[in-house]
Order: sequence, then structure tokens, then C-alpha cells
Amino acid sequence: MEDKLIKQISIFAENKPGRLEEITGQLKSAGINIRAFTIAEAGDFGVLRMVVDKPDKAHSVLHDAGFTVSETDVLGVEMSDSPGGLHDIATVLGANNINVDYAYAFATATENALLIIRVNDISNAIKVLNRTGVVLIGIEDVK
Amino acid sequence: MPEYWDPLIERMPVEELKKVQEDKLKQLVRYVYDHSPFYRKQFDEAGISPDDIQSLADVKKLPFTVKQDLRDTYPTGMFCVPQKQVVRYHASSGTTGKPTVVGYTENDVKEWSTSLARGLTSIGVGREDVIQVGYGYGLFTGGLGLHYGTEMVGASAIPTSSGNTERQIELMQDLGSTAIACTPSYFLHINEVTKKMGISIANDTKLKCGIFGAEPWSEEMRRRIEEQTGIKAYDIFGTSEISGPLFTECTYQDGIHIWADQFLIEVIDPMTGEPLPDGERGELVVTTLVKEALPLIRYRIGDLTVIKSEPCKCGRTHPRIMRILGRTDDMIIVRGINVFPGQVEAVLMGIPEVAEHYQLIVEREGELDRLTVQVEVTENVFSDKISDLMKLEKKVGKALHTVLNITGKVELVEPGTIPRSMGKAQRVIDKRNM
Repeated sequence: MEDKLIKQISIFAENKPGRLEEITGQLKSAGINIRAFTIAEAGDFGVLRMVVDKPDKAHSVLHDAGFTVSETDVLGVEMSDSPGGLHDIATVLGANNINVDYAYAFATATENALLIIRVNDISNAIKVLNRTGVVLIGIEDVK
Repeated sequence: MPEYWDPLIERMPVEELKKVQEDKLKQLVRYVYDHSPFYRKQFDEAGISPDDIQSLADVKKLPFTVKQDLRDTYPTGMFCVPQKQVVRYHASSGTTGKPTVVGYTENDVKEWSTSLARGLTSIGVGREDVIQVGYGYGLFTGGLGLHYGTEMVGASAIPTSSGNTERQIELMQDLGSTAIACTPSYFLHINEVTKKMGISIANDTKLKCGIFGAEPWSEEMRRRIEEQTGIKAYDIFGTSEISGPLFTECTYQDGIHIWADQFLIEVIDPMTGEPLPDGERGELVVTTLVKEALPLIRYRIGDLTVIKSEPCKCGRTHPRIMRILGRTDDMIIVRGINVFPGQVEAVLMGIPEVAEHYQLIVEREGELDRLTVQVEVTENVFSDKISDLMKLEKKVGKALHTVLNITGKVELVEPGTIPRSMGKAQRVIDKRNM
């Protein structure tokens, strides 16, 4: 199960100009590649979430730069980049009573798109997705 | 290590102490009447003669003095001695108005140092100790005041003053500081920097206590400082007008000992000026019994406190004042409600998720005051879930509302956003007057 978990980096940031620049600058100089990225805003602050090739290094670089950083286990789900792709995944999760806390997705150069999800019951989610033949992207695959 | 600096005086029976105060008060009113045109005029206008003061209770016949008197007579109009008897001047920065000047005779400096020597001894600091004096040296009374007290007890003073924090920490380790005197907010900053340097105050230094003052701080803050750094955190009290830092708690941390042979304290109702009985909260009024250069009679510092007259467990018989809630100068009025930064601190520090640095911002929107409380989000509380952060905002807002009866906006900010202070922390930004 471990190899199917993706360590997502979450950063607390104030909602003001220049914060994203500062964060991405730190990652750039550390040679860290961002594979997936989203910002969720909540008024005066936001939470940046990202999947990177070297999560532990990203964590320590940002922490040392004074940011409030945490690592969270999420799932990377491969889905068909065609109508109904997301619906198929959502159906499996819904049918098995698994709640999605948040999700973000993007298309790739292949025929598949990648969906990052944080769910309330991660081990059960892995089980049911595997059972229905959904491919989970592991940490090795994002490097 | 002696338990008392001056056991005879510090443990003097209360009745004898009162007799000492009475004698000194009688001498004082005669002295100021004869030496200061300001006091002579003030007494005459109030229809008071020095002969009217025959007992301690008569003190309430005397008019109050306030900071404005020092400003009005700037620089030395209230002095009772000519310049040739003055060995030192200190001056306030004048951030809240015109500056004030305080002068000291040789004996005034000695009395000041004696007061601190008694206080330092009462927290177990003496000849074996190295005291890092992180209060500013210069016109501010903190640095030099502590310095002279340190030398009097025979401890080694390191006059670091404030600022240059990494060097402070280096010296703390190299010279083995066992005590540090600075503002509590500066000590928090020092603690932050030590962590960044990979040093733990508890494990990698000899620091055993801190002498913290010059800004109001709460019991909750004390608990946090002690828990995080393993030192004992003691409160020190004073104000430049009555000399500077003068009085400390003892190891029982149960109120600040005010040396009654040097100062007479009262607590009054701030509205009516009437003296309040022991145990009632009111405004502190101080009469300097032995100061020569600038004696102050019934000086209204503006601090709100409670007097405890019964002798302390440590055996000292002098009265104590309980933790200062705030100075009326620091009080802000938001939508008609009196708010002391100290109260807000007590609320914030009572919430484990809230870090030690915070700031209050008061603005006016149209006709309405708006209070914003900024608190830093540290990694201990950051969960990645926005709902958790919003819960924290709500929790802080609710706690403030419960205690202060005021609705404020809570703003979560990144660590390090709130300016770190080397001296007195600026906890309140009042943009209404800017």
C-alpha cells in the first residue's frame, strides 16, 4: 500500500502578491520539479498543494525558509482523458462510501489524465480502486 | 547564597515598617515644599502645608502628580536639587507625547540599585551568577538600571543591550549566562533564533531564569516561556519616572515586592481618585519616599493592579502588587469597550494552537472601529485542511468575544510576519490616529 501513497506538500501562505513567487523560487533553486499543483484560497490566506518529484527535500527546503509546511498522504489516480473519465472514478468512490476531501486534476501528454485526491479513508480507497482495475500512480511514478 | 539582601529591613514587622514610612513621608513633604517650586505651588494651591501630614493616612490629603506634570515642567522643573548634585539623567522617548526627563543623585542611584539587589537576591541570583542584560542601554532606564543592580549583588553583568541576537546567544553559551534580563517578547525572539541555530536553551545553555518586564505580559505567557525553555520567568516592574526597573517577584512568583522603606503605594479608584481597600483592583499610585533629585508624590503611573498586604511566604513583609493588567496608556477603546493588550494576550495564550507572536490592529471603517487580531500559523497546527484553519480562526474569535465582549476579525498569518521586537513589543497598531 505504501508505494501507492503520494506525499503531497501543503504550504500555508498569506493571500498577497509575491508569496507564490517566493515559494516557487525556493523550489527552483533546490532543483525540485512540480508535477501537480493547486492553490485553495480561504480569504486572507490560502493553502498551496503540490506533488513534486522530491517531497522530503521540498519539505525541508520550504521549512528552512520559514514556511509552514506539512506533508499529507494523497492518491494519484490515473483516469481516462475522455468523457466520463472522472465520473468512473467518482462512481467507484461514491458506491463505496468514500468521501473526497479535495481533488485536483490535469491532463498529461498521454491519453490518461491524472487525478490527485485526498480521501477520508485512504486504505479503503486504495482497495476499492484496485479492485475495479483503476491504476494508482505511486511515488515512483512521479519522479 | 544569602536568602535576603537586607534581612532586617525585608522582614521588618509591618507596624515598624509603617512607622518608617510615616517618618519618611513627613520628611519628604517638608523636603519637596522647601526645594521644589513646583510642589510648593501645588501644595499652596491645594491649601496644604507640610505640617498637615502627621500620619500615613494623611497621604490622601496630598495632590496627585501625573506624567503631564513632568511634561509641563520639561526638562527639570520638578527637580529638588541643582544640576551639580545630579549624577545621571535618563529621558523617555516621548513616543506617547513630549519626552520626560528624570534625574538621579548619587544616593538615588544607590537606592535604585539596592531595590534591585534585594529583588535579584529574592530570585536566587547573586555572586555566582552571570546576568545578561538585554534591556537597551542609554536613555532608557532598563539597561543601566539592571546593570547597577547586578553589580551591587556581585553577579557578573554582560551588557549586551538589545539586538544582535546571534551574538547574544553566542555570549550566553560562551560566558555561561545564568540569568537574562530583557522584555518577554525579545526573549521569545531569542528562543526562536536559538532553535534556528540548532541550540536548545534548556539543554545547551546554563540559563536558569529570566527577569522580564518593560511591557505587560500574562501568566499564560509565563507558563509557555517556562515550558519551552526550562527557565523560571520572573516579572520585574518599574517605570522611568520613579527610577526605572525597581521591583521583582520572589521565587514564589506571587506578586511583586514593593520596598516599603523606599516607596509608599496606594491603589485608587481611577474615576474618583478615592483610595481603595487592599485586594481591590484599581490604579496604582506611588510616592517615592527617599528620592532626592526628583521625588514624586502620589504619582499616577496608570497601571491597574491589586495590592496584597499580608507577608509573603518568602518571609518578606513588604506589600506586593499583583500582576499588572496593563497601563491606562496602553488601553485601547474599541467601539466603546476598554481593551488591554494584556487581556488579549491572556486569551490568545490560553489557546494551545496560537503561537507567541500576535498583533492587534485597530482601524476605522466609516463610523465603526474594526479590530483585527493577527496570529501566526505554525507547523504544529497546520494540517493541510482549510476547514481546520477556519476552525482555529473561529475558536480564537469566539474566545476573544467571550472574554472581551468584542467581535474582532482573526487573521492567520505566516510565521515571522509579525515584527519581532528587540525592546518593547508593539502589540497594538492603532491606525485610527495615523
